[in-house]
This record gives sequence, C-alpha cells and structure tokens, in this order.
Amino acid sequence: MADVTKEKFTYRDAVAEGIAREMRRDPSVVCLGEDIGAAEGVFKTTVGLFKEFGPARVWDTPISEQAIVGAAMGAAMTGMRPIAEIMFSDFLACCWDYLANEIPKARYMTGGQVTVPLVVRTANGGGLGFGAQHSQAVENWAFAIPGLKIVAPSTPSDVVGLMAAAIRSDDPVVFFEHKALLAGSGTRPPEGHLIELGQASVVREGTDVTVVALASTVSLSLKAADQLAGEGISVEVIDLRCLIPLDMRTVLSSIERTSRLVVVEENPYQGGWGGTVVSVVADEGFELLDAPIKRVAGANVPLPFADSLEAEVIPTVGKVTEAIRRLSAY
Amino acid sequence: MTPEELLDAYEEMVLIRRTEKAAHDLFMSGLVKGTTHLAAGHEAVAVGASSAMRPDDYVFATYRGHHHALARGATPEECLAELMSRATGLCQAKGGSMHLTKATNGMLGSYAIVGAHLPMAAGAAWSAKLRGSGQVAVAFFGDGATNIGAFHEALNLAAVWSLPVLFVCENNLYMEYTPIEAVTAVPNPAADRAAGYNMPADIIDGNDVVVVHETVARAVERARKGEGPTLIEAQTYRHFGHSRADPAKYRPADEVERWMKHDPLDVARARLEALGVPPETVADRDHRAAATVDAAIAAAKNAPEPVPALAFTDVWADGGAAWRT
Ligand SMILES: Cc1ncc(C[n+]2csc(CCOP(=O)(O)OP(=O)(O)O)c2C)c(N)n1
Ligand SMILES: [Mg+2]
Repeated sequence: MADVTKEKFTYRDAVAEGIAREMRRDPSVVCLGEDIGAAEGVFKTTVGLFKEFGPARVWDTPISEQAIVGAAMGAAMTGMRPIAEIMFSDFLACCWDYLANEIPKARYMTGGQVTVPLVVRTANGGGLGFGAQHSQAVENWAFAIPGLKIVAPSTPSDVVGLMAAAIRSDDPVVFFEHKALLAGSGTRPPEGHLIELGQASVVREGTDVTVVALASTVSLSLKAADQLAGEGISVEVIDLRCLIPLDMRTVLSSIERTSRLVVVEENPYQGGWGGTVVSVVADEGFELLDAPIKRVAGANVPLPFADSLEAEVIPTVGKVTEAIRRLSAY
Repeated sequence: MTPEELLDAYEEMVLIRRTEKAAHDLFMSGLVKGTTHLAAGHEAVAVGASSAMRPDDYVFATYRGHHHALARGATPEECLAELMSRATGLCQAKGGSMHLTKATNGMLGSYAIVGAHLPMAAGAAWSAKLRGSGQVAVAFFGDGATNIGAFHEALNLAAVWSLPVLFVCENNLYMEYTPIEAVTAVPNPAADRAAGYNMPADIIDGNDVVVVHETVARAVERARKGEGPTLIEAQTYRHFGHSRADPAKYRPADEVERWMKHDPLDVARARLEALGVPPETVADRDHRAAATVDAAIAAAKNAPEPVPALAFTDVWADGGAAWRT
C-alpha cells in the first residue's frame, strides 16, 4: 500500500494534477499545445492527461503559436475553457498579438459582449542553463498589459489551487510555471483545493524587513530569511502568487509592521513588476517606511548560458541576503 | 436563391450601401471620429454568405466590417451610433468603426490586426466540433491578410483538424494603397495558397450575391458534414478609398470604371429583372432601406454620449476593472 504521506508530489506533477482535477469536473476544459498529448509535454507537465481524457480533449498542435493561442481564444469565446500551452515563455513573443491586442481587449472593446475564459500556461524563467532564448523570466511582459490575469505559483500545492482558480476564471489567465521549480516537491493538496486569484500568502512572518517575492524568488527569499535569522534579522516573506490581481493590501499591511521593503523578482529590473509594487508603496505607504526600498531583479541583459554567468544576472540567495542586510542596517 | 430570398438580399445590400454612405458623410462632417474603412462595393460578399449560414453560425470580420455586422442583424442605428461615439452604439462606444460586434447573433467581432481573427475562427470551429453543435465559423479577411503568418497557421490547423470553418477572402486588389499583386508571389493571393494546406478553394465573382450565396452554401454544407474547411476568394472592389477620406488616386481610372460598372447592386437588380420581379417591387425595397437608414442617422445623432464611468467597465468578466487590492 502506498503511503501517501511519503509520496513525492512534484511541481510538475502538480501542473498535470491541477489540470486533471478541473477536466474531471468540467467537460468544457480542453488542452492544446505542442507535444502535450501522447508525448505528455516536454517538461512532463501534462503526464497522464492524454491517457485519461483522450484525443478529444487533449490536442497536439503544429508549431504554430499564433494558431494555438488564437484558436484557444475563439474556443473560449464560444463556450469552451481551453488551456493552451506555450512550451517556453520566450515563445510568447511569437503570438504576442493575442496576448497584447486580442485576448485582453476583446471584452472591453465589444462593450462586454464576449468573455475569454482561457488559460495560457507556459514554462518560465532561468536556472536550467537553456541560454538566452529559453530562460528569460517574462512575467513583466504580461504585466504590461491591462486585461490579463497573471499567476506564478511557487509550490506544488499552490500550483493545484491556483490552476483550479485560473481554469474557473471567466477572465484570461497567463499561468507561469517556473522551470527551476518543476522538480521540487511538496504536499499534495486535498481534492477541491482552490486558491482565489489575487491573494498573496505570508509564507514567513517577521518583524524587521518585508520581502515580496514570486515563484522562483520565494524559495531564495526563504533561504535568505533563514540565514539572516542567525544574525538576528527577522524577515517576513510574502509570496504574491499572482501579479494581477496584485495583492497590495497584504504588502502594505506587512510594511506597517516592518517599515522596510525588499522586492525580489527574476524578470529584468527595467520594466520589471517590482517597479509597480514599489510605486504603489511610495505613493500609499511612504509614511510607513523607515528606509529606502531595494529591488533585487534580473539584470538588464539577455540571459547568458554558463551557470556562473547566469548567477551574475538573476537573483540569488546571496544577493537577497545582502540587500536585506543593508536595509536592516539603514 | 428564390426570388423572395434574392429580394431580401438585395434590400440588405441597399441597407449596407446606404449605411456606408451615411458613415462617409458623417465622417466628412466631423460627427464620426477616428477612422472608417467602408465596405461599399463589398456588400454581396457579406449578404451572400450570411444568407447561406445558420443564425447560430459564427462570423469573424476585419476593421472593414460594417457590412458583416449589418448582414448578421446589427441595425444601422446601433452601427452608426457606435461610429458616432454614442452610448447606444453596438459596443457602447468602446469599440468604434473597426470593432463592430454583435455577439448575440454570432458576429463575434471585427479585428484590426491584419489576419489575427483567422485562428480565432478556427478556434470557434474547433469549439463547435468539440460541442457537436453543428455550427460553422466564417472568417472574412482582405487580400493583404494572405501574407501574414496567422493566415497560414490558421489554414493548416483548420485543415489538419478538419474544422468546420470557411476562410473567405474579399480580394479588392489593394491592401491600403499598394496593389496586392505587387507584393505577392502568386496571382490569386488566397486561393493559390490553399493547395499547400490540402484545402479546396473557389475563386468567385464576389459582386454577384447569388454566386456568393451558392458557393458559401456548398462550403457550409461540407463543413457541417465534417468534411473540413474551404477557402473562398471573392473578387470585389471598394467604392471608397482605403479609409477616412482616402481619394484612392492610386487606382487606374479604367480599372475603377470597369468595377463600378459591375456594382453588386446592379448585378442583383439584373438578376431580379430576369426572374420577373417587377421594378416597383424592387423600388419599394430601395425606399424602405433608405428610410431605415435615414431614421438611423437621426436616432444616432440624438443618442446620448457614454457616461464617463463606462471607461472603467468590462475589463473583466465581473464587469469591473480592478487590478489590485
Ligand atoms: C498586422 C497589421 N499590419 C498592418 C496593419 C495596417 N493596415 C491596416 S489595413 C491594411 C491593409 C490590409 O489590406 P487587405 O487585407 O487587403 O484588406 P482591405 O483593407 O483591402 O479590406 C494595413 C496594412 C494592420 N492593421 N495590422
Ligand atoms: Mg484588400
């Protein structure tokens, strides 16, 4: 008998599990993407779906990013809840018209005549040494566009809960699955697990510095917090979980307690989502602060290949620790 | 088409022609802002196709899409009100001329990024197939769209998935100002590409509503039977310039003259005459359409402007625009 408490439940398992749970409860949920069916996904994030639901609900597509996302949009407007996979988030650029001009604007520009309940899932971020065109964290691309909801989970359990909410959402959702987290494991959440979009989670409580993180940077920040605890610095870590809706209430109320803020984001500093978080804090939380705000972000360069070079340009535990230390000494 | 059906089609075409003329005049007088891309001259494509479709079939159109909205049952009043930024417009004045939409009638939008709606139409057809609804989707697009990637991706996907979708190219010989033949490697920009996707294609007189109707009816039947997509290249011509006040000086006079003599309204009138429909009956329809459009212009002019709060509705399905807590 399998001991469920010792079962290894990875982030990649969670993606497939999250999708499968929704496909079981709602026949209008269908999947499309490159190599997602019989091959079960290049990242093995759709394992078991083709077997369980068959070719009528899990569709292998040609390498046609525009057709994938465009067809998902047409299907979403006409009664289905499609989940489109874009293999690497870098490839979103190949169908960016749909994310920038079509999907987020359709409801608004028709005066509310249509809805587009779809999910675009994509493998995002660095850490695996895939080089400049397969490694970038691009959640800020989507963040630049009013009309898209944006999810980027950091744990297997959150993947399942947020996947449920994303698929049930009547709004379009871009769902970033972080490549460096895929092999990590956690607990399998109970059936029916659902995390409402736009609810950040305080994953570690602290009193000296607030760290706002997302996806890959959550575990970095937790590690940094662990180290700093030994130095007597108490760090609160917030996992945003979603960029839109953006849970600024949780961030601001944390700063009420800590008076210090570090934002840790993997996407580039230029145009990164942290800039918006910081601007809201500067505008509405200025009086809460006792120190400047620090951003630890991706450098403004393409992602280099070598691990040692990549570590130079994306957030690391060392960089986060250093930023927090400087801030708490301010 | 029966004489009665043809008469109805004729009246609908007159309605479109009159609405386009009104849109032009209202633009010139400053009551329509931004831009318009008029479809005068293209009426037979929209009406011939629409009359061959089921009411629950889907239409996806371009920024040159007034005729498709009207052919799918949008009223001249709601169209003109939209163009004139009135709250009673089809899209509550949030879309404008380029985005006319009548979703309740399956007219799922007009899109202003060339070619973008072809994959959407394929997706709506995929949805119909998944739901077993028997619906068909039709994408209308210009000759210029045949050189953009989305066209090719959509055709291949539709063919390989055998989707119930029609791709109807309104080949009016020009993109904005450049002739399509100057930038395309094949003479028939849409139809000549179909073979590459193993898709049947028809090249037809897009100014003959009966020919359009019959061609679309056959393709729709094929699609409903599960036999897959069809491409139709309908040759037509625009009576106005590309947009706004474009005088279309780049078109040779003899070409313009040739096409003006092949006006879809004249073609339909000749067919009605041949069928023995009395001229008075035809004239009655002319007058009725004209009266409808005149009333629409007056009503749209008197309609209220949108309330400012409307700028912040319908980003999300809950009707609102909240992006943060
Ligand atoms: C992707 C894209 N590129 C360029 C334009 C600018 N543009 C608008 S209409 C047009 C011409 C399109 O010609 P065609 O497809 O033949 O349609 P027609 O206007 O003749 O109906 C162009 C280039 C656009 N809207 N979208
Ligand atoms: Mg053209």
